[in-house]
This record gives sequence, structure tokens and C-alpha cells, in this order.
Amino acid sequence: MRDVAIIGVGLTKFGELWDVSFRQMMMEAGARAIEDAGIDGKQIDAMYVGNMSSGQFIRQEHISSIVADHAGLVPIPSTRVEGACASGGLALRQAVIAVASGIHDIIVAGGIEKMTDVLTGQATGALATAADQEWEVFVGATFPGLYALMARRHMYEFGTTEEQMAMVAVKNHHNACFNTCAQYKTEITVEDVLKSPPVTSPIKLLDCSPITDGAACVILAPAEKARKFTDTPIMVAGTGQASDTIALHGRSSLTSLRATIEAARTAYKIAGVKPDDIDLVEVHDCFTIAEIMAIEDLGFCKKGEGGKMTEQGETVIGGRIPVNTSGGLKGKGHPVGATGIAQAVEIVQQLRGEAGKRQSDGAEIGLTHNVGGSGGTAVVHVLRRGD
Amino acid sequence: MDVGVVGYGVYIPRYRIRVEEIAKVWGDDPESIKRGLLIEEKSVPAPDEDTATIAVEAARNALKQTGIDPHDIEAIYVGSESHPYAVKPTATIVAEAIEATPDLTAADYEFACKAGTVGIQTCMGAVEAGMIKYGMAIGADTAQSAPGDALEYTAAAGGCAFIVGKNGGNTLAAIDDTYSYTTDTPDFWRREMRSYPKHGGRFTGKPAYFKHVLAAANGLLRKLQLTSQDFAHVVFHQPNGKFPLLAAKELGFSKEQVALGLLTPKIGNTYSGSTMISLAAVLDQAKPDERILAVSYGSGAGSDAFSITVRDGIEGKRDAAPKVLDYVGQRVMIDYATYVKFRKLLVR
Amino acid sequence: MAVPRFWREIPNRYNLVGARCGNCNKVLFPPRYICPHCRRMGKLEPYRLKRRGKVLTYTVVHAAANGFEDQAPYVLAIVELEDGPRLTAQVTDCNTDEIKIGDEVEIVFRRMGEDGQDGVIYYGFKARRV
Repeated sequence: MRDVAIIGVGLTKFGELWDVSFRQMMMEAGARAIEDAGIDGKQIDAMYVGNMSSGQFIRQEHISSIVADHAGLVPIPSTRVEGACASGGLALRQAVIAVASGIHDIIVAGGIEKMTDVLTGQATGALATAADQEWEVFVGATFPGLYALMARRHMYEFGTTEEQMAMVAVKNHHNACFNTCAQYKTEITVEDVLKSPPVTSPIKLLDCSPITDGAACVILAPAEKARKFTDTPIMVAGTGQASDTIALHGRSSLTSLRATIEAARTAYKIAGVKPDDIDLVEVHDCFTIAEIMAIEDLGFCKKGEGGKMTEQGETVIGGRIPVNTSGGLKGKGHPVGATGIAQAVEIVQQLRGEAGKRQSDGAEIGLTHNVGGSGGTAVVHVLRRGD
Repeated sequence: MDVGVVGYGVYIPRYRIRVEEIAKVWGDDPESIKRGLLIEEKSVPAPDEDTATIAVEAARNALKQTGIDPHDIEAIYVGSESHPYAVKPTATIVAEAIEATPDLTAADYEFACKAGTVGIQTCMGAVEAGMIKYGMAIGADTAQSAPGDALEYTAAAGGCAFIVGKNGGNTLAAIDDTYSYTTDTPDFWRREMRSYPKHGGRFTGKPAYFKHVLAAANGLLRKLQLTSQDFAHVVFHQPNGKFPLLAAKELGFSKEQVALGLLTPKIGNTYSGSTMISLAAVLDQAKPDERILAVSYGSGAGSDAFSITVRDGIEGKRDAAPKVLDYVGQRVMIDYATYVKFRKLLVR
Repeated sequence: MAVPRFWREIPNRYNLVGARCGNCNKVLFPPRYICPHCRRMGKLEPYRLKRRGKVLTYTVVHAAANGFEDQAPYVLAIVELEDGPRLTAQVTDCNTDEIKIGDEVEIVFRRMGEDGQDGVIYYGFKARRV
């Protein structure tokens, strides 16, 4: 297997992009990544596109063809990858595997979701299809509701507080203020979060990531060729993916995502690193409780201490291990299919030292953590600065 | 006849609305309504309840008393005037939910408030004829009433299931006999595609309720050569609290004989459930060998009268499921706004 | 939900019919077609679960699921059944301030929704505090 490097990244603005179409977003992110990599489109061998639900959001399936077509890249192989909100992370992993195997050299891994072409109720209904339709959604579960069930149990088992969850949102909004692509560039307070309207107790509006339009791309190349294109290749040191029951009630733990633990175990092993070696992470904070559970399951603190770790400021930029320097899903926005790729874009920019006001100094190794549904899929990547 | 009650079960939703709460909205005088109708409050179904769910709860309670294999129930009849579907049986839903399917016959009945007791008669006939081993008859309703109509004070929700079988070791009470009286009397009706019933006001009294109830009761007494003195308890359909008391008096029954089954003041008129729930309330407390007269009434119009004799088997078995008074006592008061929301009277 | 999709699971939805594996004796619900523990060695047979359990966790849903708007706010819970399996269920007849972790519940038969005004009515299970 060959080592794989990321040689270019590109991101659209994240937010409610009323005047931008699905096709236009994808082209914008792709063009930026190609420009960043300094390659020519002709050099691209294949593409993988992460997308959760174009069928429900824009009534268009078969988007792999649309993307290749509009990029002017037909007839290269183009494949859509779907794993709910982990679609982007899975697309990256598929691209990494394809380059590592030697089948392709230069690959674009993209992710995209156009979510605002439907009304909010339809969008939340579409997101709920990531849960078990027969035995969760049919009985009245909503997507935030499933995370609320985890949050309530986490509070019960470990004493995690609503204030600690609110601190995740406060931090991520703060970080997003320094990210030009972020949806929310506004500071909020713990009190703002606690006083925001109830969505599904104990989750309140400001505990939730928003509905977002956005696209992201990274360009991959074999490590041995990467230096031809860039002085700062970022190595994909480890990749891990795991599955779990689609329904939350099917799992023995309601306070931990086994898929995260297993995916991280694999990624750490391949990369030859331990949690202690990681300098910064982008985790899947679709709800504030999700970030608290993620930093526990990824091994940055003991189980049950994610709330305390957040409260003690260990996850802020400059803290022991900065979490979601980009603003995370909460502050930067969560265009579901794009999120996994956008996380890699952030880590690449941080490792290159290009993150501006949100730069985490001296970062050598970073990690991305992308979750599908309530934890039925998780994918983890360890990225490292090229020597 | 050689048939009896093998088990019975009831269900009454937990929500209640008081007369005062409804009267406040329409500017009525609550005291005169409470006095005139002898009603204090009525049951209201939760937003996720309908005649099918109420029937299922009652049917499952009835089965708890018996210990019989539900597959031995070979007929199910659900009487209601608020079947969830205009076309598609409620009885199949019940049959499936109590695991009586597929070797049985089933149908929905409609005869205003007496459709449930017609089901009992059908089961009696089929059991007596040897067509079926056990039959289940259910009367259940989520009664409709137009906002502001006098019916709104009484139209309630509840249901009751009776399992009928041959008299034997497992019967709680023998059904001695039944007698019906039927004429074409349009005192209350609901036309196709209409949400709420219409009624003939005072015409629903003498020529309708009283004529049929009294005739059926007298017919059965004559047939069995019994008098009011031979019965420990009597139960009548209860469109309000007053009518059954007047009927009892006319037939020579005392207030004590009516007392156990008089439920409308506390739960309202449960329509197809009314007579059967009241009979269940009597069976909950009656002693072995006591005789009970039960007379239903369905607008349109007809009455079914039954003579029932309690047997020793009732002791012990009737404690297996919640009793009528348990449900009467479990109550959560709601205001008119919540009532409107629960009854889906708001249009989105 | 399309009629056949709902209809084929009526025994499961009305009566908590799951499966029991004759090989490992584990009870499974919602229904499965292969025992996840024994896989091909498993011997699944239909098994009706007892309608009792306790609340492991809950949430009060204010932003209702599509089709549940008329019931908002409502309580949703994960219930551990006496037979072992867990299920997600709405807790009916429950004020939003009444529920707590550890509450004993029974599984009851309620209306789950409908396919619009003209479509079929879906029935199924909910939990009720005892």
C-alpha cells in the first residue's frame, strides 16, 4: 500500500446560500482545491463525492455524474458515497484507499449538501432518515431527540450538566468568529444557550448545529509524488471506519459511540499514534453532547469527563487539545455531506500553519471524526505534517 | 339459555373535563346543567386514542380475567358509532391486537349506543348454536358532539368487552335470557360525511329512550316471569344521569338497585360503552347468585334487555384486571383549550 | 409509510412479536432475521415479549417529528423491556414533568399516526407509566 498525501483543499462559504445552486457550490469548492494543489484538471484520475440526501433535498440522485459533467472531467470515474452525516468522511476514506491501492494517482474527494432548497420541516425530515425509520422515526423520534436521549443518560450517569454542554456551543461559536467560511460569526454566552428555546430536552436550540449549504474538496496524491505539487503535503497517516446498530436502542451503551471508539482504534493503530500524540481535532459536534461524548470516545479524557474537560478550558484554542478550531458543525455549519471533507480541510490548514487567527501553534498531528446518524457509522482520519 | 360471561374488561381514558369548563365557553349556567343532566364531568380521549385503541385495551383486560387462549375466540363484534374508518373494520384491529387471528369471524356493528349489546346477543346465539367456542362483544366510542351543542356536556369516551361462552366452570355469570324491542324512531342520527350527530331534543325522551327501555325491560320480565324485586341490581343506558333514574322508578326499582351502575355523572355518556361499562361496574362488586337486569338503548331506536345471574366463579377472577372504579378514579382534568386540541377541533 | 410496509409488521407493532434464538436463547426486538450473536448458527423463532419495562432515558420533544405535531410537547423514551431488549417509544398519558429515569412502564396499544386524512391509520406501541 502506498502512503497518501493531501495536496490541495477548497471550501465554499458555509451558510444559507440562497443564490447558489448545488452545482455551483461543488464547482466552487473543486476549483479552489485544484488551484490550491497547483494541478491541472486533466491530471485528475477519479473522484468520490460524499452526499447524504440530494434526492430529498434537491430531488436529484446520480449526482456523481453531475459533478464530473459540470467539472468538465467526464469520462473519469465518479462515485457518490453515502453514510448519512458521515458521507464526506467516507468519501475521503474511499479516495485514500483508491490512491493507496495504486489504482489511481490524483483523486478529488468532495462533499456537498444543498439543504435550504426545502423548508425546514422537510430538511429535518430528510435528516431523520439517517435514523431507523421503522423503529425510531415511526414512533416519534426526531434526530435531535436521539441525541437528547444520549444527553439525558450522560447527565444521569456522569453528572454532566447543561452548562457544560452550553460551553461547547460558546467555544465553537467563538472559534467560528475567526473562520471566514463559517455560518455563525457571532459570540454567544452560556446564558444565551441555556435560555434558547427548548428543542427536545435537555437539548436547546443553541445546542444544535444548523441547517447549512456548503461544499468542500480535498485533492489526494501518492506521497511519493506529492512534493511535485506542494511544499507542505499533509500525510493521511491513519484511516478508520466502523459501524454500529442504526437504532440507538440497539446498543449496550447510550453514552458512548462504539463506532467512534472502533474507528479511532484502527486509525490510531495505522498511524502508530496514541491520543496523547494528537495536537488538535475536528469532532462531529452535531449537538453539543456529541462533542463531549466524542472527546471521551476518542480517548482525550476518561469516560464521563468530557463535560469537565470542556468546562476546564482544555478544548479551546491554546488549551491542552483544541477541539473544533474551525467552529465545528455548531459554529461553522453542518452541510451534512460536506462536513467530513470540511473537517479535513481545517486540519490541513492548521497543520500547514495557514489558519490565521484561529491557528493552533505548532500542530503536527491532527484528527478528524465524522459520525453518521446517531452513531451507526463513524470514520476517523489521522493527518500529519509531511516531513 | 346455556350461555354466560367468561370474562369482561373495561377501559376509560384518563382525561376529564368538567361541566363548568364547557359552560364557561358557551355562557351556560353550569349549575342548571349539572342539575338537569345529573352530570359533573366527562371522559376525554387522549389525542392518540380512538375507538380501536379503547376497544383493544378493554379486550386485553377481559382476556386477563379468563386465561383462555385468544385463538379460542371465534367471533369478535365491535359496536360503535365512532369507528375510526367509515369503511374498514375496527374488529380486525382488535382481533389482531389480542392475537385471535386468523381463524375467526369478525365485524363492526352500528346501532347508535346499543351496538355493543347487539354484539353480545350475536355471540350468545352463535355459542348456543355451537358455531363458536367463545365470542367477544365490544362496545366502545369516542363520542362526537358539535361544539356548543347540549351533547358536548355528556359525549364521552370509553369501552367494554365481554367474552361469551357456554356456561361451565369458567363462567363468571350466566346470561339467563335476552329480549329486544325495536321500532323506527329517528330521535338521533348522523348523516353520511357529517362530523356531528343531530338529535330531536325533547323527542329523544318519552317516545324514544323511555318507550324502548321500558318495553324491553317489561318484555324480559314477562318472558322470565320475574319482577323488579327479583333483581339485586339494574343497569340502563345512561345518556345522562337522570334518564336511568326515571326509568328505574317507572319499573319499580329502588335507587339502591341502580346505584352501583350509575356512572354517567362521573364519566359522561360513553355511548356504545355505556350500558356495558355500567354492567361491568356492577359485576365488579356483585355477590354470587345476585341477579342483574341490564337494558341498553340505541337511538333509531331499540333496546336490548338481559337478565344475568352472578356465579361463584367471579370471585378472584374479577381482580385480574383494572376495575371500572379504578378507571373512574384515575383522572386528569383538562381545560377547554386542551380539550379542543385533544379532540382535533383545531384546523391547521 | 406505505400500506404493505406497515401491514407486514402488524404483529410486531401491535403485540411486540420479536424473536428468540434457540441457539443462544437471546430475545430480539425489534424483529431480526438473523441472530446477531449466532449468525448462521442461530435458530430464530417468533417470540411475543412481555409488555413491561423501565425507562432508561427520555426526552421531552418540543420540535415534533413530522406527523406528531398535534401531540407536542411529548415524551420519548428508551425502554428496557423485562425480556431484555430495548425499544424507543413515546410515553403516552404522561405530563412532561412526570417522567424520570427508572420509571416502570407498560406497553400499550395506541394510534401512531395516519397517512393524511384519506390514508390508513397506523397503530402500534407506546409506553405508559404504571
